[in-house]
Amino acid sequence: MTVLSFFNYWAVIVLMMIGYYCMIVRGNMIKKIIGLGIFQTSAFILFISAGKVIGGSTPILREGVDIHANPLPHVIILTAIVVGVATTAVGLALTVRIREAYGSIDDDAIDAVEEGDGE
Amino acid sequence: MTLPATDLMPFIVLVPLIAGPICALLPGRQWPWLIATLSTAAALVLSAITLAAVFDGSTLRYPFGNWMPPIGIEYRVDAASAFVALLITGVSTVLLPWAKVLVDDEVPERQGAFYALFLIAMAGLLGITLSGDIFNVFVFLEISSLATYALIAHGRDRRSLLAAFRYLIMGTVGATFLLIGIAFIYILTGSLNMADLGERLVNHEDSRALQVALGFIVVGFSIKLALFPLHHWLPNAYTYAPSLISAFLAATATKVALYVMLRFVFDVFGADYSFLALPLSAGFMALAISGMLMGSWLAILQSNLKRMLAYSSVAQVGYMVLGVSLVTLTGLTASFLHLFNHGLMKATLFASVGLIIWRCGSVQIQDLRGIGRQMPWTLTAFALGGVSLVGIPPTAGFISKFYLISAAVEAGQTWLVVLILITSLMAIVYIARIVEVAWLQPRPEGAPTVKEAPWSLLVPVWIMVAANFWFGIDTRLTVGASTVAAEALSGGLLP
Repeated sequence: MTVLSFFNYWAVIVLMMIGYYCMIVRGNMIKKIIGLGIFQTSAFILFISAGKVIGGSTPILREGVDIHANPLPHVIILTAIVVGVATTAVGLALTVRIREAYGSIDDDAIDAVEEGDGE
Repeated sequence: MTLPATDLMPFIVLVPLIAGPICALLPGRQWPWLIATLSTAAALVLSAITLAAVFDGSTLRYPFGNWMPPIGIEYRVDAASAFVALLITGVSTVLLPWAKVLVDDEVPERQGAFYALFLIAMAGLLGITLSGDIFNVFVFLEISSLATYALIAHGRDRRSLLAAFRYLIMGTVGATFLLIGIAFIYILTGSLNMADLGERLVNHEDSRALQVALGFIVVGFSIKLALFPLHHWLPNAYTYAPSLISAFLAATATKVALYVMLRFVFDVFGADYSFLALPLSAGFMALAISGMLMGSWLAILQSNLKRMLAYSSVAQVGYMVLGVSLVTLTGLTASFLHLFNHGLMKATLFASVGLIIWRCGSVQIQDLRGIGRQMPWTLTAFALGGVSLVGIPPTAGFISKFYLISAAVEAGQTWLVVLILITSLMAIVYIARIVEVAWLQPRPEGAPTVKEAPWSLLVPVWIMVAANFWFGIDTRLTVGASTVAAEALSGGLLP
């Protein structure tokens, strides 16, 4: 049962590795950005799952409830999600510009074009 | 009525952060530049006031919204942070008047957005420097990084887009590593305030999670500071970015990453924990030395002037990390000194190279043949910046190398002196190559005549050259601030 009780950490590790693999192996820039998104999300889940308190209620003060979940990780990760969205936006914008400039969004194809340029 | 420095200090970040969006809305070419220059100069004045207030080793604290830490976010400034803030604002203030004509040339349209991004990148770096809250550091790191990616993509060469994209992937991985490290720290302690964590983490020193957190944070920042072998984003980013951005990044971005990593290693985790929990000392030393040797060697091989300076930056980051790896007060002082002095010399070199590129239209070293006689003032500035890079007295570079060598001898690692001398000789090789090509080789037949850059652009470059010599002769400010900074960081724990 100890393995199952660390379920959130297992999920984080699996997601992190999927994202990382996608970023390293894929030559397609959109897929790299998807990988980056999955990788960042794994870190968000790690942070958010720490806010769960077993038996805890939603963090609203009311009669008869003494144990609350910790709301702070959610607030913090909300900021981090905004940062992640901004990163994805900049990445996609760059990809659009790269496609305009090179006619491709594949790393290998672009490298081939660059070597043809002679530098 | 005079305001106390504590209340002025947050405005170092706020002035450029507020001026940024204003710049973005302004049309034309004059107003955005004027606003950017004025706000940067204002931030410089505020940094100088702050540094003067903390020069005696005291700490200024400003809790935002009057929420007392550890609940609220606070800015926490000691000599170390004020010193780095002075470097960032000082270099930017000198670079902006220099860059006006070059930006008109390289970024002809939508300059409002360009200067806005520049101000936001600077505000992000200053925020990292001043903040006393580890999550706030992450947010500012991402603010400055996102602005930097966009700025690099402004380069005229289409390869600047690729450089920006690859830096975005690597930089975001680095920042996410930092976030994972912060998550572990938060799970252990429930706090995000640096000073508070410094006290709380002592109770968790046998925890494996803390060790993992330290590992993630050190690796994350090592990507940002381009520590060998995590430097792959740097050469392309510096080479294809617009001249202003190359000079600004080379002088400030990697320095801030190093500073904040030291802040985590020494203040949050504590020096007596960090260097025992992980083999940081040996690891830093090995990577620093390989970076010094490989960076210098690759710099010698380059045919592109900006790329050569970029690889030289990789080598110079090695010197700074080498000082840290000795884990002594003198070593840390040498690191801080080199952090500041290297910012000065790289700003000088990139600034003069910017003028060369503007006038010649080429970054290839072979196209610079005989140019020394046609642009004597620019090339002399480059050569003097190079003299400082090599470390010949009486320049700033000599002072930092002198302290680094003293630190190595003091720590009983005399063999490091030989390595420092070898890499300095390698620096002579790649700087002398430019001087040789520019002055001793004749201008090829039929090559267009190049005019000297106008005085309005040469003056800022020569101010930086003068600063290189000034801080090589009068070391009261640099050595004094570095010593206080090193003492503030180490908390009196280091030998």
